[in-house]
Order: sequence, then C-alpha cells, then structure tokens
Amino acid sequence: MDSEATPVKAEITLRVNGAEHRLDVDTRASLLDVLREDLGLTGSKKGCDHGQCGACTILVGGRRVNACLALAVAHDGAEIVTVEGLAEDGRLSPVQEAFIEHDGFQCGYCTPGQLCSATGMLDEAERGWPSAASEDLRVDPVLDDDEIRERMSGNLCRCGAYMGIVAAVREAAARREAAEA
Amino acid sequence: MTDRLESREKVTGEARYAVEYPVEGVAYAAAVQATVGRGEITSVGTEEALRLPGVLAVLSCENAPELRESGDAELALFQSRTVSYRGQFVAAVVAETLDTAREAARLVRVEYASEPPDVELRADHPGLYKPEKVNPVFPSDTAQGDADEAFAKSAVRVEATYTTPAEHNNPMEPHATLAQWHDDGTLTLYDSNQGASGVQKTIAGVLGLEPSQVRVVSPHVGGGFGSKGAPRPNVLVAALGARATGRPVKFAVPRQQMFATTGYRTPTIQRIRLGADEDGHLDAITHEVVEQTSVLQEFGEQTAVPTRMMYKAPHRRTSHRLVRLNVPTPSWMRAPGETPGMFALESAMDELAVAAGIDPIELRVRNDTGHEPESGLPFSSRNLVACLREGAARFGWAARDPRPGVRRMGRKLLGTGVASSTYPAYMRPSEATARAEPDGTFTVRVAAADIGTGARTALTLIAAEALKVELGRVRVEVGDSRFPKAPVAGGSMGTSSWGAAVVRACEGLRGKLNGSVPPEGLEASADTTDELKGRDRYARHAFGAQFADVEVDADTGEVRVRRMLGIFAAGRIVNPKTARSQLIGGMTMGIGMALHEESVMDAEFGDFLNRDLAQYHVPACADVRDIEADWVEESDPHLNPMGTKGIGEIGIVGAAAAIANAVHHATGVRVRDLPITPPRLLPRL
Repeated sequence: MDSEATPVKAEITLRVNGAEHRLDVDTRASLLDVLREDLGLTGSKKGCDHGQCGACTILVGGRRVNACLALAVAHDGAEIVTVEGLAEDGRLSPVQEAFIEHDGFQCGYCTPGQLCSATGMLDEAERGWPSAASEDLRVDPVLDDDEIRERMSGNLCRCGAYMGIVAAVREAAARREAAEA
Repeated sequence: MTDRLESREKVTGEARYAVEYPVEGVAYAAAVQATVGRGEITSVGTEEALRLPGVLAVLSCENAPELRESGDAELALFQSRTVSYRGQFVAAVVAETLDTAREAARLVRVEYASEPPDVELRADHPGLYKPEKVNPVFPSDTAQGDADEAFAKSAVRVEATYTTPAEHNNPMEPHATLAQWHDDGTLTLYDSNQGASGVQKTIAGVLGLEPSQVRVVSPHVGGGFGSKGAPRPNVLVAALGARATGRPVKFAVPRQQMFATTGYRTPTIQRIRLGADEDGHLDAITHEVVEQTSVLQEFGEQTAVPTRMMYKAPHRRTSHRLVRLNVPTPSWMRAPGETPGMFALESAMDELAVAAGIDPIELRVRNDTGHEPESGLPFSSRNLVACLREGAARFGWAARDPRPGVRRMGRKLLGTGVASSTYPAYMRPSEATARAEPDGTFTVRVAAADIGTGARTALTLIAAEALKVELGRVRVEVGDSRFPKAPVAGGSMGTSSWGAAVVRACEGLRGKLNGSVPPEGLEASADTTDELKGRDRYARHAFGAQFADVEVDADTGEVRVRRMLGIFAAGRIVNPKTARSQLIGGMTMGIGMALHEESVMDAEFGDFLNRDLAQYHVPACADVRDIEADWVEESDPHLNPMGTKGIGEIGIVGAAAAIANAVHHATGVRVRDLPITPPRLLPRL
C-alpha cells in the first residue's frame, strides 16, 4: 500500500510559451496542475478537472487539449501554448482583441480556455477539419455561426457570454481570412 | 459603451482568482464527504492517510478546534458527529501536494451508525410546516379578500400545479479559498465570494476573531450567481487546515463536491389558481408553494412573493410550506423566489389567455396596476406594459396566429411565447471613500465584488460622472475587506448600493477640493445608512417582457430555442455594453432552466445523482442561437442618485415561462414540470 501510494516522480521537459522547463513531476499530476502549481501559470483554469467544461484548454503542438485530462508525464518534450502565450510582445492576438470588443466574457474564468479553444479551432477549420455541423464533409468548412457554436461547445460559460463569444470568433475568423487574402 | 476595465487582465490570464496567489510553502486540502444520508460518525480512521508521505494533517470531528456559532449551521465544520445529509464534509486532509491530499482523503476511514435518510420532497409530506418568514424577511403567507370564493365564482378559471427541480448555480470558478495565518494571529483569505465584508465578518465570528483580524481578498471572482453570497464550508476547510499545519492552505472545492456543499435552488411544487372574468380581468389569485430545506438550517425560498405584486386582483392568497429533509441546505440562486415563482405564475397566465381566448400580451396589459396590490404603495415606476408593447413590436408578435400546434416545418413544430419579468430594486447601506491623488487622478474604494457583473466598470463610470472628470483619471478598487464596508453582490443591488455611496463620497471630495491637492492626497468618505432610512415609501421593482421562438422536433421531442428577445425597464442603465451581456446571461441561464437543468436527488441514499457538468447540463454555445436584450428608457426619481434598479437577476425571470409557453404554442402540449426534456415532451406529442 505504502509503496504504491508514495509519489513516483519523473523528469520531463516542457516548452511553455517558448520557455523551456525541466521538471520533476508526480506521475499522477495533470498538465493543468503542473502549469498552475509548479510553473505558476495560473491563466489556465480548473473548472471541473474532468474535461467537461473546457476552462483548462491549452494548445499542445498547436492542437487544443483539456489540460486537466492530460498527464504531465505523458507530455515530455511537448510544445505548449497557454493563454499567457497568446499575446506577442504585449500585443493582443486578434482573438483576444475580438473577445474584448464583443464582451465575450463576464467573470473571465472560462475565458482563457475559450481563447485557446478559439485559436486552435480557427487552425482546425483552416486545415479543413469538419465538425458535426458541417453539411458537406468533402469541402472546406465555412465558419458560419452554426459551425462556430458547434466547434466552441466544449467550452462552457456559465455567465452566458456565448452571443459575444460567437461574434468575437466570427470577427477573428474574418480578420484572419482578410489577412491571408 | 465602455469595455470592462479589467478586460486585458482577463484575456491574458493575468487576472488572479482565489487560489492563484503565489505564497511560500503552500499546502493543499482535500475534503471527505459523508457516505450516508443520516446518522452518527462512530469513528474516523486516519492512520492509513497519515502514513502517506507528504500528509500533514487530517481534520475531523475527533480533533477539530471548537468554532463559534454563526447562525449558519453549515459553517459548524467538524463540530458534531451527526451527519445531516449525504455529501456533508466530515473530514479534510492537508498535504504537500494536491495529488497526495486527494489520495489521502480516499484513505480516511469514516464509520457511521446510519439511518435511512428522508430526502424526497412531496406535497403531502407529513413534515410540512409554515416557516416564520421566507428569504430574506417576507411573511410566509398573505391573504386579501376571499380568494376561494372569488375563484369559485370566476367565469374563466385556471388551476394547475407546476414543479421546478433542484438547480445548481455552478459558477465556472469553484468555491475556493487560500488561507494564510500570520504571526500576529491574523488571517488572510484569498477567497472566491460575492462580498468581502460579509465573509470577513462571518468567518471572524466563527473563528472567534475580531473582523479586523481577518482580511478577505477577492478582486476577481469567477461567477457566483448567489452561491457565493455567504461563505461556505470551504473557507473553513482552508482556514482550519492552515491553522493545524502552520502553512498557507489552498482548497478549491472539486466540481463533484460542489453539488452538496455550496448551495442550490430548492425544488418547488407550486399550485396556482387564477380566476378571471370573460374579459380576462383577474378576480382571484392563489399561489401555494411547497419546497424543501435541510435539517441543519432553514432556508425558505420566497417563491410566491412575485405573485403578491405582479397583477391587480381583489382576492389573493399566497403561502409557503417547507419540509426539513436530509439534504444540503438550499440557498440563493439567481433571482431566488422570482425565478421559480414567475415560471409558475407566467405559465398560468398563458393558460388563462388560452382559456379566455385573449392574446397573452393583452391579458397582462389588462391586469396591470399602478399600485402594489398587497401593500397599496405606488410603484416608483412600472413599465411592464411598455416592455410588452416594445417587445411585441420588435419580436413581430402582431403576426402571431394564436392556435397551438399548427406550424410545421419539416420535422419541426414552431411556436412563440411571452412572459412578464420582474425583480425588486433593493438597496442596502454601503460605505465608500474617494481620494484625490496629487498626480491628478482619483482613487475610489469600496469592498464591492465584481463577480463578472461589470461592477468595477460601472462604479468607475459613476465615480467619473460624480467627480466630473474623464474616466481615465479614476481608478475604482473593489474586492478587499480593507476597503469601506459594502453589502453583498446579490439581490441585484450592487450598483445601486455601492454606487450611491461612491456618488456621496465623490460629492464630499468635490466639496473639499479647493485648487491643488496636498502631497498626501485628499480623501472623503460616505456611508449611506442614514440616507436610506429617509427614503420615501414606494414599491420599487424592475420589470420586463421575455419573448421566445422555439422549434420542437416532432420525432425526438427535442426543443431548441431559435430566438429570444428580452425588453426590460430597470431604471438607468449605467454601462450598456456590460448591462446587455448581463441580461443576455440571465436569459441564457433561463434556457438552461427551461430545457436542461435538473439536479436529481438519490431517493434512497441522498445527495444528488448528477454531480458534474456532463450530467448537469448548463447551456453550451450550441444551445444559444440568437438572444437579444434591450431596455426602454426609464427615469425614476425615487431610487438613488444614479437612478438604477439593478439588472443582475431579472434576465432569468420569466425566461423559462416564455419558452414553456412557446412550446405549448408549437405543440399544444403544456409542460408544467421543468425542465422540458424529451422524456417529458415526446410521449405527449
């Protein structure tokens, strides 16, 4: 019993928002707890610790992940972006700006997850990934409001800021498209 | 249209919430919940837990320090061997890491002598009693005229029973506390709450300290919706854990444990009778409410209270009956009273409209009143009719065919519904200080809470206006019990209560300002206690009209809300941008109430069966298609210096009724038991 329960540690390396961290982690620890408690990156939030609310959403290798469901020990060498890494040199990303403009949050607790999720989602759509709302799986999805709502439904907001969130993501998508055109 | 002033912090992750403050040597708590619904703790086995490396302490009824009574029995943490409900905290572990704390909590062996718990709310429960009062201080029962006789004589009658389930606030940030004791015996609590002053006073009392010995810090709070209106046991888990170990201790309640330990809305059983003449003029209204409280503590939700002031009728009777069960103590959840009560009343009004063959908006207009029916007081302003008319025009109500169940689009049945909305315009005394700094800026302090309401921003706008300076020169600081004492962010009274004190402090400062500011700055403070005592007697309430457009899948019974419109009359709106968000947020929670949210009590063992966000469905992004909120201009001189009524709660009131009424219009099926899920609707389609 004792030996089983004694924390087992493992050394891993994480690259978080461009900075490399050598860490001795408890093999039971989630990425979320390591970010928040070991690295002091408290931007990623713990709303449910069960992958049901999305407040802990981060980008791992560019893809959105529920950090509460990811064991840190399984992510040795991972390239991670958290909400603290979305702005560049103090300049907010288009998604962050659009969330402010459209009041896509109230209490702000789900916001880091919403922002990381929206950022990852825009990449997914650009790569042509379909969603349950996509009518035709053979063509690149167009991010209309139904697509945005479907793709953002892994991120709960109890304040009910969805109208603002959808408007913000719609605008960020349009700005991105305009920048690429 | 001012952006939230803390926007940048919130989108960059810089905004710190309760357990996010960096402190040296922090330890972590994990709590153990009772596994029986009623009984006595016979032993607490801690040996195995304490053997785990990294475990610092185990607290329970066998070793916890004695606490003072606070008037809230839920705060008597580990003070007794008695288990009042399943899920009650019975022990807590403090350890070096979160993982170890959680593992150790699993190893604490609590033994019980248990009895079958009494957990089921029924209208015929033998334990039903009449409480002295309902929340906060309303009489349990009221009566005018002879409602029974008037109802019996009425030409058009509606008699129906409506039920609403237990619902959980589920703010995204769990209830969370970081407690740190200092060498001088004082305590700092970084805590997620709706009022630092209240937490300070209550927790100081429980711990036998002076309020000045407890500091509560909460500049950012991840939602509350009533559930953080008073401190919960989590604050004491952290504070006692920190005292026992000499370490700062973090305790964030795991989502699953929140369902039993952080409050919820009582289920209700509501019998309503409406009697009217052939033109729809109400002659009799009765509203009889049955709901639950716990064996620990009485909380009576004021569910029939809106029925006392909503419509004109000479004969009226309202009542509340409670039963004490082995359940967690119910508490405040967004618009307690109005939310479940107006679901029932506004559903019944829709039934009356159908029975009388009168348009539901016209029916409400005919029963409007200029005086509060029971008190006889004039309304300070009442623009219910204006909201209904404005909403009807914007929603396209005039083209509505009243016949139910006749609009079909493929598999979808379509319908629209309306309901009135209301919420009282409360105010409580508050203090505030305003300071002129030598650099030409101003600092305003009040122990208000910004739980996502936009309070910080609204108060800054109010202060800038009172100081007659531009917004950028004013900094408002909230969320710290060191700031002037302020009432809770609850009852939709924050902006009115804190704002009035801010205005008075700013006016005082302007009176003192005389050219240059001295190097130490210049300060003025205000306390609105006396001002509020001297107010004229008026019935002060906000009103609104909610419209819903729904589709019902005839094959699956699934209801989707295509569109909602809410028009409100809530005095002056200080910041349209955040106000609109808050109203829409309330309406969104109303969608949850109407269609999704239901906490199911385990009838055999107690506690709620669905204890997470997968099984308790709060509205997700895909559930919300198109919600619009707006307001009619309303200038009311009888409120406060700003002319505000409060908007935090009214958005949810009536929303579920509007949706249920739309479902009836779509399908011809009247669902009187929330939420309107496929199992309830499909068999009747």
